[in-house]
Amino acid sequence: MTPRRPGTYLLGGLRRLGSVTIFLVQLLIQCVPALGKPRLLVMQIYNAGARSLIIIMLSGLFVGMVLGLQGYDLLRRFGSEEALGIAAALGLLRELAPVITALLFAGRAGTALASEIGLMRATDQLTAMEIMAVDPLRYVAAPRFLGGVIAMPLLTAIFSVIGLYGAQLVGVQLMGVDRGVFWSQTQGAVDLHDVNEGVVKSIVFGLACSLIAVHEGYHAEPTAEGVGLATTRTVVASSVMILLLDYVLTAAFL
Amino acid sequence: MSSTASAHATSTAPDGDVVVAVRDVHYAAGGRPIFAGLDLEVRRGRITAIMGPSGTGKTTLLRLITAQVPPASGQLTVFGQEVSTLGRREIYALRRRMGMLFQNGALLTDMDVFENVAFPVREHTDLPEPLVRLLVLTKLQAVGLRGAAQLMPGELSGGMARRVALARAIVMDPEILLYDEPFVGLDPISLGFILRLIKQTNQALGITSVVVSHDVRELATIADDSYLISEGRVAAAGTPAQLKASDSAAVRQFMTGSADGPVPFHYPAPDYATQLLEADER
Repeated sequence: MTPRRPGTYLLGGLRRLGSVTIFLVQLLIQCVPALGKPRLLVMQIYNAGARSLIIIMLSGLFVGMVLGLQGYDLLRRFGSEEALGIAAALGLLRELAPVITALLFAGRAGTALASEIGLMRATDQLTAMEIMAVDPLRYVAAPRFLGGVIAMPLLTAIFSVIGLYGAQLVGVQLMGVDRGVFWSQTQGAVDLHDVNEGVVKSIVFGLACSLIAVHEGYHAEPTAEGVGLATTRTVVASSVMILLLDYVLTAAFL
Repeated sequence: MSSTASAHATSTAPDGDVVVAVRDVHYAAGGRPIFAGLDLEVRRGRITAIMGPSGTGKTTLLRLITAQVPPASGQLTVFGQEVSTLGRREIYALRRRMGMLFQNGALLTDMDVFENVAFPVREHTDLPEPLVRLLVLTKLQAVGLRGAAQLMPGELSGGMARRVALARAIVMDPEILLYDEPFVGLDPISLGFILRLIKQTNQALGITSVVVSHDVRELATIADDSYLISEGRVAAAGTPAQLKASDSAAVRQFMTGSADGPVPFHYPAPDYATQLLEADER
């Protein structure tokens, strides 16, 4: 096999970007009628959100606890253990909660979305809808996309709260930081700007992850291999996109 | 091909009676030509069988008729409308007059049998729930699966799934029903059920039917008109009896399922001895 020239990769990448953009526009158009079917939407928020709750909560707790340990160890060297609350809250709200939630979301809900839609494609369910004059973009893709977009900020908020509780658990209960100081410092240092950063990030990540998952599933080759590939690509593309967007958004918020 | 001429011999129906007309259609997929000047027509109220060996593009023909893909050239009209000129909205309006039965049923796996049949009704009408229920139960009764209304698609056998899909296809009372390989992989009893249902929906509901299949014997018992497609065009056309009596070697080979005939057993390959020796040299 002859190696492909760099130009081919560039063109392929551009074509892909174009196809995703066109897909996004079509999807957004179909989101309006999809909002008129609340039952479908609630079902998808449940699938993407509620079913990811356990993994998000467990991860949030452990990430918070690690943050408590590491933060305590670091701050103790400067004799400012009381600042643990600030470090944990800011780290979680602005960075860790949106990013880790999105990465977990891509692995749990994103793959489920991509494989479900890909299998629907492989078993002719999407074509059957087309023949029944029902647009699968409106019935299948749009509610799943919206479900993901709505679920992500909610999951991120839950991650933040549980993470902060985890940090408090280690810092206050285990390491002996004063409870009052921990919370009052946190309350004093965190302002709306920090919360906004997390919220904006989670919304953007929600858009990116859901779009990638739905796009990959919708355009999967209708074979077992094709569906597998779509699932893998969802995780890889989402993870890279989350970290890239995270840098851009962090820079924008500074 | 000498017998292609007979395809046009059936074009005696007045225009209003022709539901689907395919004229000199060319189509290629992935650089491989599928149709090269296909001519056929489907007449109202009749069962038209489209036969041909695997890979001749029978399913592609259904994709063309349902406007999923446009022909590269030629004319394809459905209900008098040229499909390649239609916009998305018009295509959807056209499809609401059609029903299609997929090879694997293509039932929506996240809802039960009842909801699957109710799906097109709920999407296209605002009928009150009692009426939807009545409509769905009537159709399920017609295919003998009223008792299976609460089952999920995963709990159905292949034959049952196809019958549910048929109920779904007829629930909106289409004018034309397209069957994609309806007999594949069925046991004799299920096959008998499907055959009877195809005949019944055609006779009782007056639905024009197009059955794509390579099961010659089954088709011969129900088809009014038959087309045999080979090498991208119609190799023979007429009633099943006429096809059986054809003097074309290609038609005879297909109808009798003989291993000897114009369609070779071997896929095109380089010379056998040369290739073996080449392998030896390596």
